[in-house]
Amino acid sequence: MQAIKRKKQKETIIESFFLICAFVAVISVLAITVFVFYNGIKPFVSNSYPLWDFLTGVEWRPGSNMYGIFYMIVGSIFATLGAILIGVPVAILTAVYISEMAGSRVGKMIRFAVELLAGIPSVLYGVFGLGIIVPYVLKISPMAQGESLLATILVLAIMILPTVVSISETSISAVPKEYREGSYALGASKIQTIFKVVLPAARSGIMTGVILGIGRAIGETMAVMLVCGNPIAGIPTSLFDQIRPLTTNIALEMGYASGVHQELLYSTGVVLFIFIMIINLAVNKLVKAKVGS
Amino acid sequence: MSKSLKKVLVSLLVGATVLTLAGCGSSGSTTSTTKAAISGEINGGGSTSVQKIIDAAGSEFTALNPDAKFTYSGTGSSDGIKGATAGTYSFGCASRELKTEEQGNLTELIFAYDGIAVVLNPANTVTNLTKDQVAKIYMGEITNWSEVGGADSPIVVVSREDGSGTRDAVEELVGFTEKLKADATIKEGNGNVQTTVAGNTNAIGYVSLTFVDKTVKAIDVDSVKATVDNVKNKTYPISRPFLAMYDESKVDDATLAFLDFLMSTDGQAIVEEHGGIAV
Repeated sequence: MQAIKRKKQKETIIESFFLICAFVAVISVLAITVFVFYNGIKPFVSNSYPLWDFLTGVEWRPGSNMYGIFYMIVGSIFATLGAILIGVPVAILTAVYISEMAGSRVGKMIRFAVELLAGIPSVLYGVFGLGIIVPYVLKISPMAQGESLLATILVLAIMILPTVVSISETSISAVPKEYREGSYALGASKIQTIFKVVLPAARSGIMTGVILGIGRAIGETMAVMLVCGNPIAGIPTSLFDQIRPLTTNIALEMGYASGVHQELLYSTGVVLFIFIMIINLAVNKLVKAKVGS
Repeated sequence: MSKSLKKVLVSLLVGATVLTLAGCGSSGSTTSTTKAAISGEINGGGSTSVQKIIDAAGSEFTALNPDAKFTYSGTGSSDGIKGATAGTYSFGCASRELKTEEQGNLTELIFAYDGIAVVLNPANTVTNLTKDQVAKIYMGEITNWSEVGGADSPIVVVSREDGSGTRDAVEELVGFTEKLKADATIKEGNGNVQTTVAGNTNAIGYVSLTFVDKTVKAIDVDSVKATVDNVKNKTYPISRPFLAMYDESKVDDATLAFLDFLMSTDGQAIVEEHGGIAV
């Protein structure tokens, strides 16, 4: 009896310890949200800067009291879209190759390389971008500098590879063998099987990978800061234009900012936050709807 | 694989902790070697450009003298001069020379210089620009190197992030405050500006004079070479003194001790650490 009771007590203690651990994440996300929103909404509540001008302005000159982030929103969206357009197909085909085609040795090697890519600190991607990609873009660019939307897209496309590859690969491998066998039995070729059977079956997992990729691309800061140019104004109209994404705006100036300037950097964070939530919700719904049908 | 990775991580963490602890230990031992404790409240104020240096020197000073309290408010050079005159600050700081009518009874002390080099890619043939030309380039009125005696190619303007002390100083000293052209490339930190200029033959940038290395070419401004000596003898135009000043009749011992510390070898090391030129 005693022994059982003690055992139960032990279980409860361990369980509550787990609960506390689980709460660390919940509390962190709440604390960050409250902190960023509280500081970011302040300037509009206290009327120190009009919200409309903030969201639609195309010039960021703190010294002249001009804080417009519209061109940054556009820059962030373009950069993320571009990275997804280039990165996702490459990543999915890599995942297919690893799990469906490569021998175990080659597959292992590629998987190892992709894992390694995930471990490289983002600032090193930036340094690589500044040292290799920017000069290369400069060679083909009609502009005089290589820092551009294109350079940003290329760096981000490489950065999202590991996330999308590893999650896609897991979900492709999880597709039951019977599906493939059934397809072959109907006379389908390997390529037909992959594109008509395996990939559709793994769709929801692949979409999860893509969402995480989008999240990584839109939230990436250090690497992007070095290659995007960070101009103080201007909506990008070509791949060779410089952009200033929302993230780098915060990172560039938070160190020195004070007063309204600082609060509006938090507001930039709020906009970024809302973007990430919208993307997550939208794609989540999409996945659910498709899986449902 | 993940296990061995964990091991590596753990050993790295342990190493870092030991190093940090060792660092704490050594800074603790310097504290014990100082002379008689200084107490009192020091409240300085003035130029925001000197804030990093003064704050760093202040926290080092209070670490050495735990009884002293130190505050510095970055409110601008003019305010620092007024505060020092009125005695609301125990010392004031300015990042410019005092005007004659401002001098009054103030004792001035130059504790550092700030000099900024205009840098070009080594492949660029331009070797001298006037201050006016630099301003026009940064405002977007001159956009091609041929307009200033160089090759026929567009100028790529590289500037620093808003709020950077170096950017404030350049805009003020060269004369294009808040008029930076919209499509200038903005880089964070002296190092990134230098890398950018080194990588683009058409680029122009500016970095702290103490920061220039061989990957870029520091050009003459108004035909004066950008050297530490020329900053000190006040011939190089993109430079300024960092001044501290106080009223002899109102100053207290703690403030004087702090200013002594600022001028000492340790204090001057802090100046250099934060981008200033030691006197």
